[in-house]
Amino acid sequence: MATTARQKAGWGLANTVAIVLALIPVLWIVSLSFKDPSSITDPTFIPVKWTWGNYSGIFHTSDFIRPLINSIGIGLIATFISVLLASMAAYAVARLRFPGKNVLIGMSLLIAMFPLVSLVTPMFNIERSLGLFNTWPGLIIPYVAFGLPLGIYTLSAFFREIPWELEKAAKMDGATPFQAFTKVIAPLAAPGMVTTAILVFLFCWNEFLLAISLTSTTAARTAPAALAFFTGNSQFAVPTGSISAAAVVITIPIIIFVLFFQRRIVAGLTSGAVKG
Amino acid sequence: MSTSTQPVTGGETAAGPARHRVRLSEGARAERRLGWLLCAPAVIVMIAVTAYPVAYAVYLSLERYDLRFPNQAKFIGFSNYSAVLSSPYWWQALKVTAIITVVSVAVELVLGMLLALLMYRTLFGRGSVRTTILVPYGIVTVAAAFSWQYAWTPSEGYLAAAFGSGAPLTKTTAAIAIIILAEIWKTTPFMALLLMAGLSLVPEDLLKAAKVDGATAWQRFTMVTLPLMKPAILVALLFRTLDAFRVFDNIFILTAGGHSTGSVSILGYDNLFTALNLGIGSAISILIFICVAIIAFLFIKGFGAAVPGTSTGR
Repeated sequence: MATTARQKAGWGLANTVAIVLALIPVLWIVSLSFKDPSSITDPTFIPVKWTWGNYSGIFHTSDFIRPLINSIGIGLIATFISVLLASMAAYAVARLRFPGKNVLIGMSLLIAMFPLVSLVTPMFNIERSLGLFNTWPGLIIPYVAFGLPLGIYTLSAFFREIPWELEKAAKMDGATPFQAFTKVIAPLAAPGMVTTAILVFLFCWNEFLLAISLTSTTAARTAPAALAFFTGNSQFAVPTGSISAAAVVITIPIIIFVLFFQRRIVAGLTSGAVKG
Repeated sequence: MSTSTQPVTGGETAAGPARHRVRLSEGARAERRLGWLLCAPAVIVMIAVTAYPVAYAVYLSLERYDLRFPNQAKFIGFSNYSAVLSSPYWWQALKVTAIITVVSVAVELVLGMLLALLMYRTLFGRGSVRTTILVPYGIVTVAAAFSWQYAWTPSEGYLAAAFGSGAPLTKTTAAIAIIILAEIWKTTPFMALLLMAGLSLVPEDLLKAAKVDGATAWQRFTMVTLPLMKPAILVALLFRTLDAFRVFDNIFILTAGGHSTGSVSILGYDNLFTALNLGIGSAISILIFICVAIIAFLFIKGFGAAVPGTSTGR
């Protein structure tokens, strides 16, 4: 099939349309974040008067810095625990024969489909009586639980692909079990674990409903939740600029992940769903 | 995953040549013990965070429990459920949720398929398209929702300036349309990626053979590609339908549920934090849970969506 210039132009046009549509809302919020307060009510797409003021503003108020720290801390801790527990379970699912395996997978699936809002009312009450309300662990625990199904799915799909005979081969060549694990299995398992960690972290970073329901102050409120209750750095300023700048700041890690790990993320998102 | 039932469920392990339970070898027994041990922490966390609160919600939903009068908590049977089910707010929220779910999933299926075909077939720039569409997938929904909100703010936003007449976010139909738009933009990439994985399962030879036999591009798509992709499509639809039914973030930012645009999730949230009524709130939680279970059941039994993972053997 020879490709004609017309075909090329057609695909090029389609590519461009997809890329532009995907990026316009992001570019709009970037543009708003650079607009000067005097021109922020101007509907032009490109700022008339540029300013860094919105960014320096949000980084001078603990209303944003504290939630940003919460988001990073809660996200990293929840991701770490989730991936650790999920790897153990996924290893068992992929390699061992034991009754109850299907129950575990069915349960993970149920939890992946679970409506978070059903948890809000009971969790609110339970966490208040346990003293977990408005604390880091109060968010980390549910995030771990909802990261687990994702982790078990993705990791067991990855673990099934690992040629485990290599472990035996390494042992025959005189490697100790520890060496066989660190030199042979761990490097093979690492890509799957990185992918899973990214997906779980994105979930924690993005989560909103529990973040606003199980917190009441900036002690544990994460960035997206803080954004929704943002009132600007002075009571007279319109918060549009500040909110936009904060929205851009919390989008940056995602752009970085996407740029560096595009292949991994795509593989991770589709592995569990299609292979089964 | 209850370890107490081990003598009964042991059949699966022994499901080799011998159907009757042979005594397990020492190795096999050690293996299942290790398996349970490795799964235990994950199972405990998942049960503690979901099964226990849901059971607790069932209990709360049968009580009169108002946070303003915690001492007057009292068992009242199904009154909370009848209160919710006879309330117009519940039915309005359910209707809005259903509309958002059906319209956004239907549009996403079409757009997602186009995008999947583009990513799979385009002659160049495949990587850049895939990278770019992951931005909407990954972006914090709240951040994107603010972008849409400002875009539709009269006299300030580019979309309001382009299409503008009045304040669309204050009119029910227009606001719901904008919520759907925001949902579609955010989640079409996910749909497209799942569908693209399905496309890669269609053997190239089959398409070529159909072409040799004189099938047009459209015929090849509808008669070869689509039937082979059916499992992938059903899985994508199942995931997205359940996800769309839980819509919350976009509505919370765009309209906060005002002007009759609230979904059932918004109703559940509002009931806890503005009405402070745990009994009613729990009844709503349980009803939403039942709705989700029905949707999942319909997809799995009705359409025969092969749920990933259930056939672990593969």
